[in-house]
Amino acid sequence: MQKEGDVRIPSGCAISGIFSRSGKKMNGEAIIRSITTMHDRSNGLGGGFAAYGIYPRNKDLYAFHVFYGSARAKEECEKEIMANFDVTVAEKIPTRKMPEITDEPAIWRYFGLPFEKLLKDTQLDEREFVARCVVKINTQIKDAYVFSSGKNMGVFKAVGFPEDVGRYYCLENYEGYCWTAHGRYPTNTPGWWGGAHPFAMLDYSIVHNGEISSYDANRRFIEMFGYKCTLLTDTEVITYIIDYLNRKQGLSLKEVADVIAAPFWNEIDRLPQAEREKLTYLRNVFSSLLITGPFSILLGFSGGMMALNDRLKLRSMVVAEKGDMTYVASEECAIRAIETSPDRTFAPRGGEPVIVTLNKGVDA
Amino acid sequence: MKINADNKHFKDLNNEIRVSEETEITVENCLGQRYIASGMSGKKITINGVPGNDLGCYLNGATIRVNGNAQDATGDTMNEGMIVINGSSGDATGYAMRGGKIFVKGNAGYRAGIHMKAYQTHHPLIMIGGETGSFLGEYQAGGTIVVLGLNSQKKVPVGNLCGTGMHGGKIYLRCEELPEDLPKQVQAAPASPEDMAEINGYIEEFCGIFAVDKQEVLSKNFYVLTPNTKNPYKSLYTFN
Repeated sequence: MQKEGDVRIPSGCAISGIFSRSGKKMNGEAIIRSITTMHDRSNGLGGGFAAYGIYPRNKDLYAFHVFYGSARAKEECEKEIMANFDVTVAEKIPTRKMPEITDEPAIWRYFGLPFEKLLKDTQLDEREFVARCVVKINTQIKDAYVFSSGKNMGVFKAVGFPEDVGRYYCLENYEGYCWTAHGRYPTNTPGWWGGAHPFAMLDYSIVHNGEISSYDANRRFIEMFGYKCTLLTDTEVITYIIDYLNRKQGLSLKEVADVIAAPFWNEIDRLPQAEREKLTYLRNVFSSLLITGPFSILLGFSGGMMALNDRLKLRSMVVAEKGDMTYVASEECAIRAIETSPDRTFAPRGGEPVIVTLNKGVDA
Repeated sequence: MKINADNKHFKDLNNEIRVSEETEITVENCLGQRYIASGMSGKKITINGVPGNDLGCYLNGATIRVNGNAQDATGDTMNEGMIVINGSSGDATGYAMRGGKIFVKGNAGYRAGIHMKAYQTHHPLIMIGGETGSFLGEYQAGGTIVVLGLNSQKKVPVGNLCGTGMHGGKIYLRCEELPEDLPKQVQAAPASPEDMAEINGYIEEFCGIFAVDKQEVLSKNFYVLTPNTKNPYKSLYTFN
């Protein structure tokens, strides 16, 4: 089977997200109901979910979700993981056999922490160490693919319609305070399990509807900092850009949005001086990370979620609030399917991030 | 007659509407079904719930009323008839519309009236009670767009780059000042009595449909935007 890297794929797609600011845990049923409403936006060649707060018993350990295409890949990958991490749990991810989901790889997960000694020897920050291990496995071990690598969160994805993928992974058995979902419409490839969304790096996960035209400019820049864009999909490069700007450069998420969906120069020119100077600085320093072309994305991270549209708003996105809940979806119907009477419904402007985080003191 | 749209695929729902011999149809529990009343004439359809994208696309004389919000591309390429949204509508409302009327009580998203056009007796209208997003009337070639900004706290009830690519038709904005970033190819002037006479009937219709006080609507100034034929578009996209 051809992987994403072999052929380019423009895609249509649907996204949906649910977030509880009070940290209330929900199982996967609501997000499945939501994404099901937008069935016709995807074509059965990719669906996936990211869930936060789902591993409370192992919340301080990195949870690696891995696809294996062969027994040899599993052997090699486990050798690499065991050499770097003190692994306390290694198990198959529970799945449900169903006719809609076929050609499954072996799907495993591992909970562990990097060995102290290795961290000292390499003088790397823990998260950087983990990120490098993931990149190494994904680029060097054939048929092994780590598709989730954060703490107390997990990505579940497959080739299929999202509602089937949700049932396949038994998401009714997981409880999280934040869920994001994706239905995919790739048009040029058979679709590949690893190429489904969400894309994740550490605890960042991205679901994306759109097709960016700045891919190569973005890729050339981001690969200077140790990332390897192996899948040739725009979502992968967006994930790395956010990891780079937010984790490595320490930009706030609002600033990240100001870089990747920067206002036009003529808008910047009309702003008050302090804001004008800041935005000019960000656009100049990170000019290669401006993402052009249509996109609407949902970024999940530990304790929060961000929704963002491209600056021209070439994709649809609706946000609704009800009590402590925030909902985001490509279409309003996907929100109404799970919340019939929101307090407020609105469409954010292009480039205007909507950021929600857990209330102060909530430990989910 | 009533049709319960609960869990119905858009194909089945639209077939049911199409084959029905009754001319007044109410759709209950609508949730995201697309293309409702596509190309339809001679029927009056009421929708309770959230209709999906391309509501009333190619509409050819039918009347649609939505009790709630509509999604994207409402009235896409509609030819004749009327769509009333008793809530807000999404992006590209009235996309490439070439006849008929769309009335939205609340706000519209980005690119309302994009590629709107007019021909002989076909003269489309989009009237928005609240605000719109950016690129209102993008590439507008004909027809009338009116944005009232009722209940709007903003100085100008439209987003950025209003009228980009406009080369025909008229945009009416009810506000005390103009958008700061009007393209040079668009000229703006306070509405003349003749301009206001042109939309007087439309305002009355809007006020009648949504029970809005006409005097309040007329209590603010209107500006009219038209293409500036002395300064037409050229090389627009070479500067970014």
